[in-house]
Amino acid sequence: MIPAIVVFIYLAIVLYIGIFAFRQAKGKEKAEGFFLANRSLGPFVFLFSLFGTNMTAFAILGSSGHAFTNGIVTFGLMASSSALVIPLTIFLIGTRVWALGKEHGFMTPVQMFRDRWECGHIGTFISVLQAALLVPYIIIGIMGGGTVLSTVSGGMVPFWFGGAIVALVVMGYVFFGGMRGTAWVNTFQTILFLVFGAIALIVIGVGMGGYKSAAQQMLSIPALAPLMTRERISPLYFFSYTFIPLSAIAFPHILIFTLTAEKMAHFKKTVILYPICIMAIWLPCVFLGVMANRVTDVPQIRAKQEARRVLATQGKAMAPEQRDELREQAAGDDVILRLLERYAPLWLAGLLGAGIMAAVMASDSQILALSTMFTEDVFAFYGGKARFGEAVQVQTGRIFIVIITVIAYAVALRAPETIFELAIQYAFSGFAALSPLLIAALFWKGSTKWGALAVTVWVAIAVVTVGAFQAVVPAPAPGPATVIWSLGGTEVLSRTPGGTAVFGFMPVVPMVLVSALLMFVVSLITTKPKQSTLAKYFRG
Amino acid sequence: MKKLLLVLAVVALYVLHQDFWNWRTAYPLVFGFMPIGLFYHGAFSVAAALLMWLLVKFAWPAHLEEEVAAHQKQEDAAS
Repeated sequence: MIPAIVVFIYLAIVLYIGIFAFRQAKGKEKAEGFFLANRSLGPFVFLFSLFGTNMTAFAILGSSGHAFTNGIVTFGLMASSSALVIPLTIFLIGTRVWALGKEHGFMTPVQMFRDRWECGHIGTFISVLQAALLVPYIIIGIMGGGTVLSTVSGGMVPFWFGGAIVALVVMGYVFFGGMRGTAWVNTFQTILFLVFGAIALIVIGVGMGGYKSAAQQMLSIPALAPLMTRERISPLYFFSYTFIPLSAIAFPHILIFTLTAEKMAHFKKTVILYPICIMAIWLPCVFLGVMANRVTDVPQIRAKQEARRVLATQGKAMAPEQRDELREQAAGDDVILRLLERYAPLWLAGLLGAGIMAAVMASDSQILALSTMFTEDVFAFYGGKARFGEAVQVQTGRIFIVIITVIAYAVALRAPETIFELAIQYAFSGFAALSPLLIAALFWKGSTKWGALAVTVWVAIAVVTVGAFQAVVPAPAPGPATVIWSLGGTEVLSRTPGGTAVFGFMPVVPMVLVSALLMFVVSLITTKPKQSTLAKYFRG
Repeated sequence: MKKLLLVLAVVALYVLHQDFWNWRTAYPLVFGFMPIGLFYHGAFSVAAALLMWLLVKFAWPAHLEEEVAAHQKQEDAAS
């Protein structure tokens, strides 16, 4: 119970930071004060809060769970590709959006799209799709919180209660502190996780008798040795993953965060240090996830390995429901916590649990972003701000924060998928496929609102189709994919154990390419915005 | 020319992400425990940071800062 008490103390501190930010804030009754911290964040808070907002339960629990099952490939798939693509998009897109926001007062991406392409309801449609894709991300945070609290308390705090506590704390400091509270909490959390992540790596390594012997033992066991290579993952699948980080800048909460910097120079440190921060967090998580396979004296980890073995050897003969059940049993989302439980002293396990909780709770900025989008893209756009005033707009945003958190919590209690799958299949691919909107708006004069509409409709259809396909066609047992459609011997559409493949690629690849193509073709044949509008975006 | 070189560097690093030569082997184990495939991608992340430093140094969009500053001056003068 001691670790759970430490985590509860941590949650109280975080809540206090949010309320303290509320007291300190100037102009908190103004929309720009509450939703954007008056565009006044300094370089240090800007770096750590922007990074922290991207490091979620997915990054910590999902990555170590994925590495537990798939091996070292996880780092190359998700971390190193992000280390290149995310800072590059912040450099190219984030700086431009910051400058436009500063000049024209934009607070959401859709406000910019509406102005850039001279559109109204198309912007609303984009905003609704963004919101629909963002909700799974919030659910992940609550699920992660429930998992962490339940595990560090040895099961004394049930999952539903842990999730409820996390949801309440996050809702509390976002409700009171707005963007300033969220940014301060994120900064505190990121530092905490960076420090405790390093401690966890050392403590668990010592507990396991050193990583050298653990690595050698893994390589000597035929069933585990492939986890130290990438032989179980196809190069096409690996390549597909480089498209996923395009989602980062298209996530509204990230783009809105880029508007909070006081000066554009603050982006410099963020862009340079972002890859290092990614490495510092993901490398220990992935490595520990892989090494957890060597642990033989933790019953829960052994049970996962046994479920994985049964799935691999007898999965083909099983009913899809049985396979799904075994997959859930084999999922490794809690392996880091199990390692802490086994190897760290109680007080340290609590601190480390708090560190993990820090990353898990990054859903705060998504909740705030949804509230910003609702109040700016819908409430203000359809006349609410003009009619009721800015103070009512901010209060509406606060009520929205409560509603969205309650809904996300209710869904989190019922969601059967693992944290990682839920995130990757819906939110990440969808946002990656929306990234051509930003690129076209900022870099191509010829883009039009009809091109934007075509992209948005396509993304909505593609996300629903992939979800429906995976619901109708059950995942096969580990091994070869089930080919659904082939053409002249080429596999066009397959159901893989982990998802869907189109010509061997993950769906995100055709989704992004078709989005870009639609933007190009539809814009070519439709009317461009006025010259005076284009002059605001393309000078010289 | 400078910008072209930077674009080429970005493309080169993107291509280097697909390190098929490390695909089926864990050896050498760097520091005695880290499979080469994992170490390579850790080093790749450091290379990405270096590339970002080059971009910030040689391709920083300073004109955006100037435009914002000019706009703020205009606004201050108007108010």
